[in-house]
Amino acid sequence: MDFLRPASWEEALAAKAEHPTAVPIAGGTDVMVEINFDHRRPGHLLDLTRVGDLYEWEAAEDSVRVGASVPYTRIMENLRAELPGLALASHTVASPQIRNRGGVGGNLGTASPAGDAHPALLAAGAEVEAESVRGSRRIPIDEFYTGVKRNALAPDELIRAVHVKKADGPQQYSKVGTRNAMVIAVCAFGLALHPRTRTVRTGIGSAAPTPIRAKAAEEFLNAALEEGGFWDNGKIITPSVAQRFAQLCSGACNPIDDVRGTASYRRHAVGVMARRTLTWTWESYRGARRLTEGAA
Amino acid sequence: MPTNGAPTKITQGSRTKGGIGESTLRPDGTLKVTGEFAYSSDMWHEDMLWGQILRSTVAHAEIVSIDTSEALATAGVYAVMTYDDLPTEVKNYGLEIQDTPVLAHGKVRHHGEPVAIVAADHPETARRAAAKIKVDYRELPVITDEASATAPDAILVHEGRDDHHSGHVPHPNIVHRQPIVRGDASRAAGRADVIVRGEYTFGMQDQAFLGPESGLAVPDEDGGVHLYVATQWLHSDLRQIAPVLGLPESKVRMTLSGVGGAFGGREDLSMQIHACLLALRTGKPVKIVYNRFESFFGHVHRHPAKLYYEHGATRDGRLTHVRCRIVLDGGAYASASPAVVGNASSLSIGPYVVEDVDIEAVALYTNNPPCGAMRGFGAVQACFAYEAQMDKLAAELDMDPVALRQLNAMEQGTIMPTGQPVDSPAPVAELLRRVKAMALPPERQWESSEGADVRQLPGGLSNTTHGEGVVRGIGYAVGIKNVGFSEGFDDYSTAKVRMEVVGGEPVATVHTAMAEVGQGGVTVHAQIARSELGVTQVTIHPADTQVGSAGSTSASRQTYVTGGAVKNSCELVREKVLEIGRRKYGSYHPAWATAELLLEGGKVVTDGGEVLTDLADLLEGESVEVEAEWRHRPTEPFDLRTGQGNGHVQYSFAAHRAVVEVDTELGLVKVIELACAQDVGKALNPLSVIGQIQGGTTQGLGVAVMEEIVVDPKTAKVRNPSFTDYLIPTILDTPTIPVDVLELADDHAPYGLRGIGEAPTLSSTPAVLAAIRNATGLALDRTPVRPEHLTGTA
Amino acid sequence: MRVNFTVNGRRQEADDVWEGESLLYVLRERLGLPGSKNACEQGECGSCTVRLDGVPVCACLVAAGQAEGREVVTVEGLADYARQRAEHGGCATGSCGTFLQDTRGRAAQGQDSQTGEGTELAPIQQAFIDAGAVQCGFCTPGLLVAADEMLEHNPNPTDADIREALSGNLCRCTGYEKIMDAVRLAAARQGEAV
Repeated sequence: MDFLRPASWEEALAAKAEHPTAVPIAGGTDVMVEINFDHRRPGHLLDLTRVGDLYEWEAAEDSVRVGASVPYTRIMENLRAELPGLALASHTVASPQIRNRGGVGGNLGTASPAGDAHPALLAAGAEVEAESVRGSRRIPIDEFYTGVKRNALAPDELIRAVHVKKADGPQQYSKVGTRNAMVIAVCAFGLALHPRTRTVRTGIGSAAPTPIRAKAAEEFLNAALEEGGFWDNGKIITPSVAQRFAQLCSGACNPIDDVRGTASYRRHAVGVMARRTLTWTWESYRGARRLTEGAA
Repeated sequence: MPTNGAPTKITQGSRTKGGIGESTLRPDGTLKVTGEFAYSSDMWHEDMLWGQILRSTVAHAEIVSIDTSEALATAGVYAVMTYDDLPTEVKNYGLEIQDTPVLAHGKVRHHGEPVAIVAADHPETARRAAAKIKVDYRELPVITDEASATAPDAILVHEGRDDHHSGHVPHPNIVHRQPIVRGDASRAAGRADVIVRGEYTFGMQDQAFLGPESGLAVPDEDGGVHLYVATQWLHSDLRQIAPVLGLPESKVRMTLSGVGGAFGGREDLSMQIHACLLALRTGKPVKIVYNRFESFFGHVHRHPAKLYYEHGATRDGRLTHVRCRIVLDGGAYASASPAVVGNASSLSIGPYVVEDVDIEAVALYTNNPPCGAMRGFGAVQACFAYEAQMDKLAAELDMDPVALRQLNAMEQGTIMPTGQPVDSPAPVAELLRRVKAMALPPERQWESSEGADVRQLPGGLSNTTHGEGVVRGIGYAVGIKNVGFSEGFDDYSTAKVRMEVVGGEPVATVHTAMAEVGQGGVTVHAQIARSELGVTQVTIHPADTQVGSAGSTSASRQTYVTGGAVKNSCELVREKVLEIGRRKYGSYHPAWATAELLLEGGKVVTDGGEVLTDLADLLEGESVEVEAEWRHRPTEPFDLRTGQGNGHVQYSFAAHRAVVEVDTELGLVKVIELACAQDVGKALNPLSVIGQIQGGTTQGLGVAVMEEIVVDPKTAKVRNPSFTDYLIPTILDTPTIPVDVLELADDHAPYGLRGIGEAPTLSSTPAVLAAIRNATGLALDRTPVRPEHLTGTA
Repeated sequence: MRVNFTVNGRRQEADDVWEGESLLYVLRERLGLPGSKNACEQGECGSCTVRLDGVPVCACLVAAGQAEGREVVTVEGLADYARQRAEHGGCATGSCGTFLQDTRGRAAQGQDSQTGEGTELAPIQQAFIDAGAVQCGFCTPGLLVAADEMLEHNPNPTDADIREALSGNLCRCTGYEKIMDAVRLAAARQGEAV
């Protein structure tokens, strides 16, 4: 095994081009487990912790560019206003020690359906900035997950950052685990209201071969909100609408039975989380609306 | 010297500072907080090699061939050994039945069974070499439950059994069977106004001690070996190791290194023999450290069980009879299964008065992972079931569940189903009263000024509810556990105590082979020596095999038995010290001959308080040393047909009240409080007592809501051997645990003490389950209960 | 490969390090610092918690090569670290270069070889002993590093804060109650001292 220590992003890209099977390692929270337990013996480890750029974030007009290695702790502490869904998701990641090391780049690179960041990224809307010596490209998050633990990266590409849309409305994130802390998701759900476009977006984790959006549920809810004039009148969403939305979210799942939970439970729990997060976000939207109206 | 069975009075030294009854601090505390305490995995030796075990990838198979040539040819590899390389005719070991191969011979019987061992200069070299060993398996059908084990054409897990249980079991795939019959349950059932029945399932729990199995074997110049290891019983290890190595016990020296928790999981051998074999083969020190994955295969687990119960009662709530059948899955090797059967059967009806019982407990041989000792064994599984039954009965009778328990609670003088009278306090009703009397935690405790604090809600940081679906429930349970080794076992301990003057001060040294696994035995031994010998300076000698056996650190027995041995040896030392005093000073003061003399505060004093001399003067130029064995009252085996017999030496009781909040929609549980009341006889160290109770309570909580080793019923392979998927409670899962300690002396025990470590693990689980049932209205007949069981999505 | 980094204020060099080795392995097996514990080696127990450039991390998940040039504080250095912090007015980040520098070349305090008596302890270490938070002790080093770091930036934690901050550290013996007591005690003593 060789340990490659690029001092800059350019060196990292060159190393990845030279050794396409090299395994990038930053926080190490996935890779080192596999090495410690003898599940993986890559020819090269590509250490990215010396590439300072990956630890920085920067707000643009409509989005925040989050460096691939920005630890979850920093996201929780610094990006709660701009990226509330991702900040909430970050808070559910493993333990404080892990949150101090791990970042979204690792979640994306591993592309496990159980990665905590995925539902939040799907709901908010995001693009993955991937780069190789051949050039840079932005991969829409909806096209990023291609299979169980597979993603759209080419062998010579590295994830440099993720561009996450700034919240233009309330966002929520829920995750079910069988322990109150430090637990891998049995399933997870992210929801973002986008009042500017009068749309909602969802993200579901651990309930299908890849992280997914519940598109039929989104379309149903978009239509129902529009039809009922909810965006304008700020009324409480009728229970039947919330219930139908929850059912459609459950229906979007394609889960398996495994040691962490049954498929049937996952479908059920996604529905419950969908209904609750819809309630929380909508209440928050109504509250903000009232405040705005009160001020006006 | 007190004779066995005589009431032991506290006549000596109770006023000496740091003696019994005080919360003195751990003597190893400083080393443990500075990181300098040497655990078995911290051992290091110049030029040492690393050992690696190759384990079976299948549960049940014939081994067609093993090819080690490629592994042996690997650079950095010093030895590769299989069954064929074992040095003597003794190739098996075991706690009671020697049925466990050191390395698999011709057949593997469970997933993860050791097949070959490697020694190399780096752990990675050893791993790579082990991966190059080619084992050709021919798989056999797996036996995974009672039906497959006792089917007419069932493959025998062990052919040709000739152990001492083989003669009385109904099938060779049953390790041991213990019926207990008393009164006439069938006739008594006729008197019952209400009968409740239940089938319960108890999942496989892991001890999950944090310090992995590990140790260092160093070859000695005389052809022997010195093993530094974490274990619960040095002499039991020694007895099993030496014959396999072909060495006399005197040539296998064992020193206890730091033990990172045990809870029963270190009663059986793990890496001991493998490390010694490799050290003797290579002539170099060999260290073996399991990682967490391997640890799940490297020790036995708590027996999963199926429990079938029938309880009857009259309309006013008096129990008429109990019929039950407990089927314990012992897995591929016997380990402690026979003793688990003994406990499960004899304690199967709980701390209640029932005159007519029909009980049967069996342990199976299967191809599941071997199961053996874990905190409270046998009694834990039974308590889960009989307490569920008591709640079911209370519901059927429309009675308060605590009142029903109190009405039927045993007390001193009650006759056990085994015919044995309970001859010391049994404050079952009082413990329930105390735990019920504690103030309840406030409702909606999760609400804060900034809204719901998710950390206080089911789901915790995962943000699943802000109060929606959350329902509170309260549940009670009480349990009974035997203390010490039962059924006629010669359960003794040995203590060597020395007293001398060092630097002008009298100092006592206590040397035992007791395994300190975290429980605080070393703290208590020093306290006993201070109380008995009136000194403040006590040195605890490292535990090794240079002193007689201390017995196992298990069965809640060490403070009782090794504490008793230390007390006894101290008393013998005290007599010798006073002899010296009489010889030296007897002619100067009549009190030497006439008064009762005590050692206190470094002096010899009369019971009237007159100081006769300083111990420092008395012992000038002299030292006194005694090594003596001490044993508790003898017990007898249970009759194999009727289960009658005075099988236990002491019982221990604890009661719990659980308060839970359940997210009824998502099936997530947050335990809000888990209050415990326990009778400890005499709290030698109150701080340690409470620590034991809170720790035991939390292990019971774990198996109530999350802990289970999941074995695939089709392949008998373990599906979750990691801390990612075998979950134990974090600090956010663990509630406040208020503890009410009762001290009713058992006059048969040293200082009146009661073994305490296990009882809190019993009642914690059923109390949590009862609270969840209370919150949800669901029947819940298995533990752990998982979200899918609470949401109808299993 | 060769790895150079600073541990508890001292420059350390490890040779012939296999590229797959963790920082934990290097500390324990190559540098003679076994205080950080090897309970799970998968980041699920916190027993190996150390501070890497001031930040609490699981040493088992840091590749040895990633520690190159970094500063590590382990439980063995916690007392010195806490003393330096107290002397320097509670520098909260752990990356304040000066006080780490100060510890270089400091000899170990005299102590009783068997009980460790006479050892200088950090307040959190003393509190763990006093509160009965230590049983088998295997989780203790990681908990101490995590708890010390929490009190550094949150000197008056609520119970929920303590539980959240320590939720990455498993303990199997105590049921955590005495650990809660210990952290509350250390916080209270810290408050009195100010």
